[in-house]
Amino acid sequence: MADVAAHITGTVWKIEVKVGQQVKEGDTLVILESMKMEMPVEATEGGTVKEIRCKEAQPVNEGDVLVVLG
Amino acid sequence: MFKKLLIANRGEISRRIGQVARGMGISTVAVYSDADADLPFVKEADEAVRLGPAPAKDSYLNIPAILEAAKKTGAQAVHPGYGFVSENAEFARACTEAGIAFVGPPPEAMLRMKDKSQARKLVAAAGVPVVPGTEDVVPDVGTAVSAAESIGYPVLCKAAGGGGGIGMAAAKDPAELEKVFRQCTDRAKAAFGREGVYLERYFSAPRHIEVQILGDHHGHLIHALERECSIQRRHQKVVEEAGSPLFADGKNPELAQKLFTAAVTAAKAFGYANAGTVEFLYSDGNVYFIEMNARLQVEHPVTELTTGLDLIGWQLRIAAGEPLTVRQEDVKRRGAALEFRIYAEDPVKFFPSPGPLKVFVPPTGEGVRLDAGYAEGNIVTPNYDPMIAKLIVSGATRTEAIERSIAALEQFRIEGIKTNIPLHLRILRDPAFRAGELDTRFLENHAKP
Repeated sequence: MADVAAHITGTVWKIEVKVGQQVKEGDTLVILESMKMEMPVEATEGGTVKEIRCKEAQPVNEGDVLVVLG
Repeated sequence: MFKKLLIANRGEISRRIGQVARGMGISTVAVYSDADADLPFVKEADEAVRLGPAPAKDSYLNIPAILEAAKKTGAQAVHPGYGFVSENAEFARACTEAGIAFVGPPPEAMLRMKDKSQARKLVAAAGVPVVPGTEDVVPDVGTAVSAAESIGYPVLCKAAGGGGGIGMAAAKDPAELEKVFRQCTDRAKAAFGREGVYLERYFSAPRHIEVQILGDHHGHLIHALERECSIQRRHQKVVEEAGSPLFADGKNPELAQKLFTAAVTAAKAFGYANAGTVEFLYSDGNVYFIEMNARLQVEHPVTELTTGLDLIGWQLRIAAGEPLTVRQEDVKRRGAALEFRIYAEDPVKFFPSPGPLKVFVPPTGEGVRLDAGYAEGNIVTPNYDPMIAKLIVSGATRTEAIERSIAALEQFRIEGIKTNIPLHLRILRDPAFRAGELDTRFLENHAKP
């Protein structure tokens, strides 16, 4: 299990995965937008997407868990 | 002259335009989003009107709300600053139709330079040197690959409606071009609402040189010398200076003359008036037109400090129909100036760093000017670009300006967010920077922590 958290404060621009999807380490899970920049949030390890804890256009803070991998 | 001016922007540029206007006896109206209600530009204005919620499309890009604010307050003119609605010809036209002067070029001139491939064609026909590339928007990947063969790799893929480095990517071979072409097309559509990508030769390490233009509505147009903006990250300028080290101590006089002639020719070809900037790439002894920006530039202060011209003051007088009384032969450079964009970001990874400005103590000293959008206690939100201030430092020589800059940046105290001040100090101490050996890939190879 791994909690993948936002590394910056901003808003969720795009969610690139669905619950149940298989991902590899380094795959883009979510794209955040902050200060006119897109910042991809990548899988910290390979696994299955167990849970998505954010919605598109939602403001998030650095450290908020966005996706749970299992 | 106008009695009341609405400033359709935010942060440091709204504040700066407001200061200049009030210094000319013009009353100012600020407009703001919910995220910016506590910022200095709102508090210092004579009047302030809320536009809407934080997202730019609901506030600073909300044309009906801006026009409504202008009508409600009785503003006779609108200054759009840079970014947001500044290069929007429809906005300029809507202002004029509402009987409000738009402080900027005629809408027709804006339309002529908006589409970059059209702009290229127009200036090339007037004899201005352009970067080798496709004349027209490239319809599909196949056409792109065959066009790239005659241009030569690496090629740069650019969105036709783009700007500020958005929707731009280089490809070193046909396989990479196929990938990059699709990305650029998608980005063009998402960011600018229109498809259309064109290709041009990619120079591996060019310099970015630009020329300030000032013209009135009576046919008088001059240039106000060059700026160099080669220090960039992700195609965004970080440090700008006037003049360019390329022309230091009277070096390359023929090239300088060619550059100024090309800039004035391009501006005249567009039918330009008011303040604008013609941007060029320099590579191997040649300059090539890339685009003209139909607005005041972020880095205009380095020109003001080294020529004595009050660019915003002239913008207002020109928009009011007054003639530009500065002659070309009156424009002379005195000393050197550097501008440092203070970004709320990690100085190594360039990640955005929004947050509260717990401490904000700007430096003071000889030749030091600070154009800041924020004050201590303000919150830097993630809604807009990361530039919180511009530090502009001048001196009798470039070396003196560099030494004063180091002293000023070392004094600058900001706590609560990360900033790129450590990066600026590394740049200023880099031997290549000090020697004036600059190119747009400087930060990939220099000023490392």
